[in-house]
Amino acid sequence: MHDDHARTYWKSNVRILTALLTIWFLISFGGGILFADFLDQFRIGGFKLGFWMAQQGSIYGFVVLIIVYVVWMDRLDARYNSRKNSNPPPGIDASSSKDGQE
Amino acid sequence: MSSVQIWTYLFIALSFGLYIGIAIWSRASSTNEFYVAGGGVHPMANGMATAADWMSAASFISMAGLIAFLGRDGTFYLMGWTGGYVLLALLLAPYLRKFGKYTVPDFIGDRYYSRTARMVAIFCAITISFVYVCGQMQGAGIVFSRFLEVDITTGVIIGMTVVFFYAVLGGMKGITYTQVAQYCVLIFAYMVPAIFISIMMTGNPIPQLGFGSELTEEYGGGYLLDRLDNLSQQLGFAAYTEGQRGTQDVFFITAALMFGTAGLPHVIIRFFTVPSVRSARTSAVYALVFIGILYTTAPAVAAFAKTNLMNTVNNAPYLELPDWFYTWENTRLLTFEDKNGDGLVQYLADPAMNELTVNRDIMVLANPEIAGLPAWVVALVASGALAAALSTAAGLLLVISTAVSHDLLKRSLMPEINEKQELFYARIAIFVAILIAGYFGINPPGFVAEVVAFAFGLAAASFFPAIVLGIFYKRMNRQGAVAGMVAGFVFTAAYIIYFKFVSPESSTAANWWFGISPEGIGTLGTLINTAVALTVSRLTPAPPRDIQQMVEEIRLPGN
Repeated sequence: MHDDHARTYWKSNVRILTALLTIWFLISFGGGILFADFLDQFRIGGFKLGFWMAQQGSIYGFVVLIIVYVVWMDRLDARYNSRKNSNPPPGIDASSSKDGQE
Repeated sequence: MSSVQIWTYLFIALSFGLYIGIAIWSRASSTNEFYVAGGGVHPMANGMATAADWMSAASFISMAGLIAFLGRDGTFYLMGWTGGYVLLALLLAPYLRKFGKYTVPDFIGDRYYSRTARMVAIFCAITISFVYVCGQMQGAGIVFSRFLEVDITTGVIIGMTVVFFYAVLGGMKGITYTQVAQYCVLIFAYMVPAIFISIMMTGNPIPQLGFGSELTEEYGGGYLLDRLDNLSQQLGFAAYTEGQRGTQDVFFITAALMFGTAGLPHVIIRFFTVPSVRSARTSAVYALVFIGILYTTAPAVAAFAKTNLMNTVNNAPYLELPDWFYTWENTRLLTFEDKNGDGLVQYLADPAMNELTVNRDIMVLANPEIAGLPAWVVALVASGALAAALSTAAGLLLVISTAVSHDLLKRSLMPEINEKQELFYARIAIFVAILIAGYFGINPPGFVAEVVAFAFGLAAASFFPAIVLGIFYKRMNRQGAVAGMVAGFVFTAAYIIYFKFVSPESSTAANWWFGISPEGIGTLGTLINTAVALTVSRLTPAPPRDIQQMVEEIRLPGN
């Protein structure tokens, strides 16, 4: 009945995951391992940048990624729920659900 | 009795009293409470419990030491054991919560509509957890023997008794709330010495910034990491902030630890205890923040300890060393052999001339003493290490107990037992598991420590793809999943067994496949599992209609 909503929801979900996991890969495997030697030519304070990414920066990045994920998914869930409720399945009288309790 | 011991007894008595109090307050009266704490744990409490569950004796005691000797390459522990949470939060936790059962074999068995799949999952869960729990008991024993000078047997028995109290009485409910308390104890115990040392060496109270700052006058000034690089090179070691291992090896080890983290059953089941899908996501944020506090401090501790050790010990006259040196010599974790007979300690990269061997574990345990911190701080570390060991042990024991009482008995062999009997069997199972774990804690088989590191590879190669494909690929069927899990597990186990036990002398980068060490082979196992699963599932019939519907259902929000 809500197949369309469900499909849209799932597609958006997969898009969010792809975007976040790409960043996840870039900051950890990219910044901390593959490009660490290259990044080492830059410095922040006493840290070489590649070393800092490997031992500090990537972890801060992970926390930010999960926070962004939670916020985006909350929004996506809210949109899905409101669409689903504004389009009740046939056979249910829209006015009866307003009363809440039977 | 020394003042360190008096403080240690005091802290341990206080913290153990607290844990037992919580155990009595949070007794479980149903299987639902015993398996998932009634499913009503606040996301923040679950975040703390997950952090304590996750951070084991190895994280607390050994990790900073390992990093101190690995330098930049130590990142595979840091990124591997935190980056896995991103995978867990995005790919597993919300959907498994929506699925809403009790265990990982539950999911595998139901999703792949197969007793074989359930049995394979039970086998993997029990093997992985047992290997792991023995290491925790050993860790607790070491702490008792070093700080209180009781023998390891007594130490392990005390630890077992405390775990017995809250795990058998309260199941997941008791374990959850004790883990919250244990997180507070362990993070306080880890941070206090780190902050003290950071202030002493750099004047900066935040260790994460301190190890990128300049040393104080007393320590000779200049950036700490530059000094560490120079000292290391002078003694013939590689520069601390540069990589030493092959890039692809570091890459594969990091990935194996990440996939393994996301596939470890005792971490996954923590997300069954929160009330909703939404709280499963929030609770992953809390968990990673709480874990991140320790994991960003550990590399700072490593750098401080390494600098301090080289400064204090190298070329110092043996007879004039500080007291801690002799204390730790007694435990054999530190040994000095005056090869050239000059009475001075030479700490060098060249094994023929080096006179000092340092066990990695003392980097955290002895660090407060090396830095000359007060007795109560030293004692604090002991109770923190115990909290880390016991909290992880309890989480693992619960996995073993649910795998036996729920997955093996209720869902497979004896479906006719009622809830009361199931709860009874769960308690018996956890009791027996504690006894076995205690036995191996006292008589550690030589291979345990080795194998703990490989538990990750095995979890990565077996569970991770099976669960992710089960959620994201509707077409995945029983045949594909079972073939994939078996292929991944067998391949990874065979590679590890060959290089670690059959032919350890050939375990060099030249003989490894693609330069991947046994620690990192789990990544290849994960890929093999996935490839086999996808191929086999294409050649065999699609899963039944109701299973496909179940997959659609767990993908949607709401309860």
